[in-house]
Amino acid sequence: MTRTRKTGLIFFPAFDWAISPTHPEREERLLYTQDQVFEEGLLDFDNIIEYKPGLATAEDINRVHICVPDARGVITESHLISAGGAITAADKVLSGEVDNAFALVRPPGHHAMLVVHGARGFCNINIEAVMIGYIRKHYGAKRIAVIDTDCHHGDGTQDIFWNDPNTLCLSIHQDGRTLYPGTGFHEEFGGPNAMGATINIPLPPRTSEDGFLYILEHAIQPIINDFKPDLIINSAGQDNHYTDPITNMRFTAQGYAMLNERLNPDIAVLEGGYSIEGALPYVNVGIILAMAGLDFSHVKEPDYNPASLRESDDLKRTIEREAEQIYKLWKNRDALREKVVGQAKYVKRRKRIYYDTDGISEQQEETVRVCSDCGGLVMIDSVADTGNRIYAVILSAGTCPECRHDGEEFFALTNPGRYQYVYFQDRDQDIFLVK
Amino acid sequence: MILGIDVGGTHTDAVLIEDFQVKRKTKVLTNEANLLDSLLAVTTELFRDEDPQKLERVVLSTTLSTNAVVQNKIDRVGMLIVSGPGLSPADLPIQRDVHFLSGAVNHRGVETATIDPEEIGRTADGLQREGIRHVGIVGKFSTRNPQQETRIRDLINDHLRHVSLGHRMSGHLNFPRRIATTYLNAAIWERYQKFVKQILYFVKEQGITVPLYILKADGGTFDINRSVDFPVQTILSGPAASIMGILSMVDFAEDAIALDIGGTTTDIAIFADGVPLLEPFGIHIEGHKTLIRGLRTRSIGVGGDSCVRFVDGGLTIGPEREGPAAAFGGPFPTPTDAMIVLGLTDIGDAGKATAAIEPIAAAMNASLEAAARAIFDRTCEKIVRHVRAFIEEINNEPVYTIHELLEGKVLKPTAMYIVGGPAEPMSARLGELMGCPASLPRNAEVANAVGAALARTTAEMTILADTERRTLTIAEEGLQLTVSPRFTLAEAIAIAKERLRERALDMGAKERDLEIEVIECQEFNMVREYYTAGKNIRVKVQVKPGLISTLR
Repeated sequence: MTRTRKTGLIFFPAFDWAISPTHPEREERLLYTQDQVFEEGLLDFDNIIEYKPGLATAEDINRVHICVPDARGVITESHLISAGGAITAADKVLSGEVDNAFALVRPPGHHAMLVVHGARGFCNINIEAVMIGYIRKHYGAKRIAVIDTDCHHGDGTQDIFWNDPNTLCLSIHQDGRTLYPGTGFHEEFGGPNAMGATINIPLPPRTSEDGFLYILEHAIQPIINDFKPDLIINSAGQDNHYTDPITNMRFTAQGYAMLNERLNPDIAVLEGGYSIEGALPYVNVGIILAMAGLDFSHVKEPDYNPASLRESDDLKRTIEREAEQIYKLWKNRDALREKVVGQAKYVKRRKRIYYDTDGISEQQEETVRVCSDCGGLVMIDSVADTGNRIYAVILSAGTCPECRHDGEEFFALTNPGRYQYVYFQDRDQDIFLVK
Repeated sequence: MILGIDVGGTHTDAVLIEDFQVKRKTKVLTNEANLLDSLLAVTTELFRDEDPQKLERVVLSTTLSTNAVVQNKIDRVGMLIVSGPGLSPADLPIQRDVHFLSGAVNHRGVETATIDPEEIGRTADGLQREGIRHVGIVGKFSTRNPQQETRIRDLINDHLRHVSLGHRMSGHLNFPRRIATTYLNAAIWERYQKFVKQILYFVKEQGITVPLYILKADGGTFDINRSVDFPVQTILSGPAASIMGILSMVDFAEDAIALDIGGTTTDIAIFADGVPLLEPFGIHIEGHKTLIRGLRTRSIGVGGDSCVRFVDGGLTIGPEREGPAAAFGGPFPTPTDAMIVLGLTDIGDAGKATAAIEPIAAAMNASLEAAARAIFDRTCEKIVRHVRAFIEEINNEPVYTIHELLEGKVLKPTAMYIVGGPAEPMSARLGELMGCPASLPRNAEVANAVGAALARTTAEMTILADTERRTLTIAEEGLQLTVSPRFTLAEAIAIAKERLRERALDMGAKERDLEIEVIECQEFNMVREYYTAGKNIRVKVQVKPGLISTLR
């Protein structure tokens, strides 16, 4: 066994909040997890300390999101608490009070993108991103790796940090051709100034313990070693589980615990996972024990049967190839940038975003100033079928004087008229303006 | 007339209460070797001019169970554990004479693995060979479905003196604590039941025929005959006695602080709206974390006899006590000596107190008066700092709903009640520092016995209804009933209250004292495949800790 670590646990099951009474994201979701955590007596361990979540503020949200019309308009109290829970986890770790922390909170956030017109994929605001914004504001510039192990592509986190070379967004998930949100392919590799800081590892349906741990060892860990983050954050979705009702993977409580033991994240934040009886109680106990350095070898689902979950040889080979390709792609990131960006001064991309939870469609045009000194200047023109059209100017953390000059000028010159709102988000100096 | 007796580690205190008033009080040294001696001494003293026939009830608070645990005067216990998946057996609290058995129950009370009668038979034979006659049987989630525990008991019961079942100890979820609690219950059972027999014989000899109650750690009582199966509930009833005593001596319904300042330690208790707070899970004793319902107290290492030192340019107060105050012949200066020098109290030998403080004054390069003042202030400040930290800890306790997080109760004590030796000289300063008025209850020196005398019977009950499985489980009663798929939260609350009422009456409660409150009620839609399959209803009710109504 590894040595024991002091682990902070922020447990907030929001027993009085649901998207709708029968929605997967409902009051009952963490009920049995709470039962299991309490019954196992985890909170009695001297090295597991439970904390009450703090409340995030609109200011915290505005560091990483452009909310239309404003932060208060797109969230409920529950979102402030789940983001606040993630922030509490970060505070406890970065102040040295604990070695690592797990924010076992809901509602989740990793599908919430930079611009927020409403809720998508059960998410309104991106709680990890809000936490990262908070960390940078209060604990200085940090290189941060977000390892998203939710079964669904972490498209929101990817979008928010698309142009940030200091935030590695690595998502492993079920192949987007077979699952919501239908993205998360190799080609999504980061903006012109942050190529390689977004990495997607789509895995075939029915991937099990061996496959996940193979990818961890042969792709994720080597990339982390090269990236050299100050902090590792696990976006700890639990819907890769073999009993999950809305996905097709075959991961297990043992697998999740081993993954966390090996990845050794500083902070884990709960994302999805909707097998609330058969998976979550065991997976969460496994993760908590693994983070605390305690023996998790007896944590097994009652119907756990490794033989029935074994991967076929074909599947194994597919996963091995995937790991090899991804690592090669990562190694070639600089050459790739040369090829894709070339001499361009500005790079544009157009996106259509569908908010499945709220039924909103958005069209977005993003313009990035190519810059070799910083994450560059980002400008967004976004129109949603709610009738809202907005323009946003975003300066990344560590922005260079030229990008700053241009960004400030764009903001000054753009006036509401055809836009309902014009936003200025300065992630470097923590300034947020709306006109 | 009520007789209240608190058999403490040092003193046995007893009071006779009539018409809300302490009529007589007495204090004798406790004879640890023979507690009945102490009881005889106090009752003889109290009844010298009284008619025992006027008694309505007798309540006893005893350290017997506490001492049995602390002094390790316990029986060897065979523990039969149905662990199922989860924590490693090596991380469970009891390691000696533990046998892990097949079987498992999940969080909803569904049996996920069956027990093995042959394995149980072999284990029972093993116990017999080892000469083990006291057994604890504990299953994970047995409060959600007690059947495996009871079936195992039925299969092994032949040659045993006593079997404690985990689900009967508490309705709370916490498997390691359930193991520790069940273990302790079985370990002290023999000694406790012998004590009860002696007491019953003793009261009969005395011609006392009124109900006899025993105080529990939660500041409530239960009938002595009912206590035999649950001796573990009487562990740590001593601090509870004092807290209930304070409650009886002052009339308040606000948030308040109670301090019992002793020689070595100061015990802190907190009242919310006039009701003493309970430990969230259960009390700790001798390294055992338990599910024993107990009043929430915090003991800190500072008291009147704390050793005072001046080291590295600063004063330290406690936590150790090296003997009595210097004024009473002790080896080191103490806060008590400082209070004597300051003229706050006139006990002891003032010359010796002064002589003890002088070296500190010299080291501090201050006058005698200033040094004594500094010691006194540091002592009060240390107590207040711990009180504040305790309150903050309670206020920061995690909650699990948005409503509670945003609207939850925040403790803001507006009064402080102080008992114990240095209570009088310290009260004004403590009140000043705490920012709320401090007062000294009357008869404080027998608060414990008064508390025992006037405490009402308390009980708790936990109900889980699962309308998909059509079951209703009452953990503490080991009961499973069938309910209709349309069973509601309101019905669950009604059943919980009625069953609790019966349980409390059975434990010796009087109808007029049954102040029943719902402490937890939650209802969840269980959705499977996007359709509501049923409701998961959770209700917890209790008889509030408090006083019998003859008093108020």
